[in-house]
Amino acid sequence: MMQKIKPFDHLILIAGVLFLIAPVVMALMSSTHTPTDIHSNGLYLTPGSYGGETYRKVLTHKGGFTGDVTGLTMLMNSMIMGIGFAVGKIVLSMMAAYALVYFRFRFATILFWMIFTTLLLPLEVRIMPSYQVMSTLGLLNTYTGLIVPLLASATGTFFFRQFFRSVPDELLEAARIDGAGPFKFFIDILVPLSRTMMAAIFIIMFIYGWNQYLWPLLMTTDETFYTLMRGIKSILQVWIGSQIPDYNEAFALAVLAMIPPVAVVVIFQRMFIKGLTESDK
Amino acid sequence: MAETYHTGSARQGAILSRLRAWYSAETADPAKRVQFDRPLTPWLFLLPQLAIVAIFFYWPSVQAVTSSFYIEDPFGFGATFVGGENYADALASSQYLSTATFTAFFCAIVTALSLGIGLLLAVKADKVIRGAPAYKTLLISVYAIAPPVAGLIGMMFFDMHMGPLKDLAAFFGHDLRVGIDYWDTAVAVVTISVWKQIPYNFIFFLSGLHSVPTSVREAALIDAQSGWRRFRDVTLPLLAPTAFFLLVINITYSLFDTFPIFDVVVKDKPANNPITLVYKVYLDGFKGNDIGGSSAQSVILMIVVAALTIMQFRFLERRVHYG
Amino acid sequence: MAHLSLRGVGKTYAGSTQPAVSGIDIEIEDGEFIVLVGPSGCGKSTLLRMVAGLETITDGEVRIGGRLVNKLDPAERDIAMVFQNYALYPHMTVHDNMVYGLKNRGESKQVIEERVAEAARMLELGPYLDRKPRALSGGQRQRVAMGRAIVRQPAAFLFDEPLSNLDAKLRVSMRMEIRKLQKRLATTSLYVTHDQLEAMTLADRLVVLNGGRVEQIGAPLEIYRSPASTFVASFIGAPAMSLLDARIEGGEIVLEGHRLGRVDHAEGPVTLGLRAEDLRISDQGLPLVVEHVEELGAQRIVHGMVGGQPLAVIDTSERQLAGEVLIAVDPARLHLFDTMSGRRIEASRAPVLEGAV
Repeated sequence: MMQKIKPFDHLILIAGVLFLIAPVVMALMSSTHTPTDIHSNGLYLTPGSYGGETYRKVLTHKGGFTGDVTGLTMLMNSMIMGIGFAVGKIVLSMMAAYALVYFRFRFATILFWMIFTTLLLPLEVRIMPSYQVMSTLGLLNTYTGLIVPLLASATGTFFFRQFFRSVPDELLEAARIDGAGPFKFFIDILVPLSRTMMAAIFIIMFIYGWNQYLWPLLMTTDETFYTLMRGIKSILQVWIGSQIPDYNEAFALAVLAMIPPVAVVVIFQRMFIKGLTESDK
Repeated sequence: MAETYHTGSARQGAILSRLRAWYSAETADPAKRVQFDRPLTPWLFLLPQLAIVAIFFYWPSVQAVTSSFYIEDPFGFGATFVGGENYADALASSQYLSTATFTAFFCAIVTALSLGIGLLLAVKADKVIRGAPAYKTLLISVYAIAPPVAGLIGMMFFDMHMGPLKDLAAFFGHDLRVGIDYWDTAVAVVTISVWKQIPYNFIFFLSGLHSVPTSVREAALIDAQSGWRRFRDVTLPLLAPTAFFLLVINITYSLFDTFPIFDVVVKDKPANNPITLVYKVYLDGFKGNDIGGSSAQSVILMIVVAALTIMQFRFLERRVHYG
Repeated sequence: MAHLSLRGVGKTYAGSTQPAVSGIDIEIEDGEFIVLVGPSGCGKSTLLRMVAGLETITDGEVRIGGRLVNKLDPAERDIAMVFQNYALYPHMTVHDNMVYGLKNRGESKQVIEERVAEAARMLELGPYLDRKPRALSGGQRQRVAMGRAIVRQPAAFLFDEPLSNLDAKLRVSMRMEIRKLQKRLATTSLYVTHDQLEAMTLADRLVVLNGGRVEQIGAPLEIYRSPASTFVASFIGAPAMSLLDARIEGGEIVLEGHRLGRVDHAEGPVTLGLRAEDLRISDQGLPLVVEHVEELGAQRIVHGMVGGQPLAVIDTSERQLAGEVLIAVDPARLHLFDTMSGRRIEASRAPVLEGAV
């Protein structure tokens, strides 16, 4: 299609990009300056020389009330949270979706509704009782407690159900003629067939798990289980009453918290967009 | 008389057959033409998900509903059944009503702004050829930033000592006091929330635009002279399903996912600051130890969000069938 | 290789009162190529899938090689199936696609590789063994699907419209290949199609299905020459047989006032069937008002009206056609059907003819 290049369109896009990206760039740049400089001069658009010092301190300095949580620990915990959640989600929901799509059995419909009702209510609306359940089960301050309750929503099951339904019927028929039972068909045919779908869901779920805030806030009082998101909360709490807050460190923490999910999205952009727009429906 | 009897029994039959479908193995619309016919294997595959759903979804949800009818002793020694009192209290409290009003206002403005800007950017990004991938990547990358991180960065921009937006406001003669002044804080949370949500809407609108066939665009190019008319008469109606889907998603986002932004900006000091209903549930439950009241508020929220989601699913179902 | 036997086979879906297929009796000899043909919804695929074990059999018995298979899993029935969309496993190579069933059966590696090599040679798939299905053309995928069936060395091949997804030219050549291959392997085959030409060219015997019942079973020419009903008559043969309302008056067939010959049948209305290729333009006979001529190159089909009824005639001349022409009717090739039931009237086989040639 032939169309004229309109400078106006680019102007709007550039304004949009500036609005979205400028804060990120300024956070990145400001994290390389000293807190006093930031305090007196405001945010920076250019890199400073204090970056090495800031990041070394944020990553390795033992801080917090117990004095033994470092940025590295939090980074690790966020990784565990993101990867654990994504993997758990994929395994659970593939299995459940497989049962719902490929089997004829009693109570299938009622189970279907039981699972998909979870899509109705996000964790936030039952946060109090969820906390109580976790404390009853003794799962506060554990990785299990951080990850498993978040798996209770059926989003992944919904995606995989949609996907399995789109797999041609004849594939199962051919496999049955080839003598594949339910386990063989799942492992030999369906799982390899779902690789792209699994990757797309992994990306979305990794970001979701990594970015969790409220749940880790409630679940972890032991600082060795802190994620980066939880760290942001505590770094802000320390500010109250301090003369010149460690702006640079807060920015550095924000940058650390941003890099992995942003990198994943940018690198796997195509797959991510496909997964998001085709499975969210 | 006979007439009534017949329709009555027909309806009864329909209900019975629907009930039967709930437990029997035969479904009217099986997912696959051929399915495995084993009684136990599917349970094996479902078990992990079912266990987690039961323990971490149904148990707490039921508890939320039950405790909304009780007033719990603050020290945890038993609870008294009070019927709908918690609900009556919540709905009668001026604090609750003002929070609800702000939440509605907040949802409306965040949804409108982030949808509008997302659509504008998507339309422009779809139009340009030069630099399109770069624009796309840059605009999408912010999607992955967590709300609390967005809140933190936003806070710095509105900071009273070194925030550039504070200086900007001062230039116009306004003393921006985020965290202290009610409306200044509201502006901050709205700005940050919109900023965070634009990429999501952008992605969906852009993929919606990509799915408009080239032939339709070319036909529009021949039929309508002005770009605005083409957009209004052809592009916009074709984007309507995407827009509706996003509308629901954005409302849900404003209701729930903005929690961290409020938490970072308001910093546990809700005194004279605007908060949303979800934040109030959290404050009353965890900071105020009013478990009954917090649960009653939870249940009200559950009803709102369940209605929203059902609306979304009904719509999507229609789209799947006819679209 | 085996004898295939269907006795009183029927299928009623759960929640439906009407059977989708009923009362099917077919005896298939060892090595025979049987084609199930009929319009969409006639139950031909359902029947095939019941033989394969992909649908439950609600009535009757299916035996493969004398063994009752009603309750057996598809894998235990010793059959192989070729699907319309090929149903190749997209993540496996051509080689692995062919091997998967054998591996599951626990065949030895040596046997497996021998059979794959043999099938690959037969189907000229050698160069593609390491490719994924996505990297193959439609015709090549079709061959792989065939290969997957062949390596199993089954008692019977089941084909479910295997050529429908190919373009017209490829369909013709694949059709011949399938037939040659089947002759060579001499494996009993059951083949489903809605394409009557495909059915005619492939089958040893045809089974024409309509509304879940067998209309007629027989060799292609037998069915072509004496269709058992108006349904079969109009379904088999192209262009379709013209069916016209006629009467028997005074022992003669009368069409629109023209006498076509004597017949030994009760007086009253009958349906008269005339194949276009049995008619020719002559200087005497039935008057036909020409409406439209379809040029096919080697011949042309003349569409016109006899009285108020449409009739098609094949003409091989190149003369200009317009207005009214006269049609000669070969008396031995008239078909008479009961107007009410649509069944064939056998009396039409020996009409005593006068002046119709």
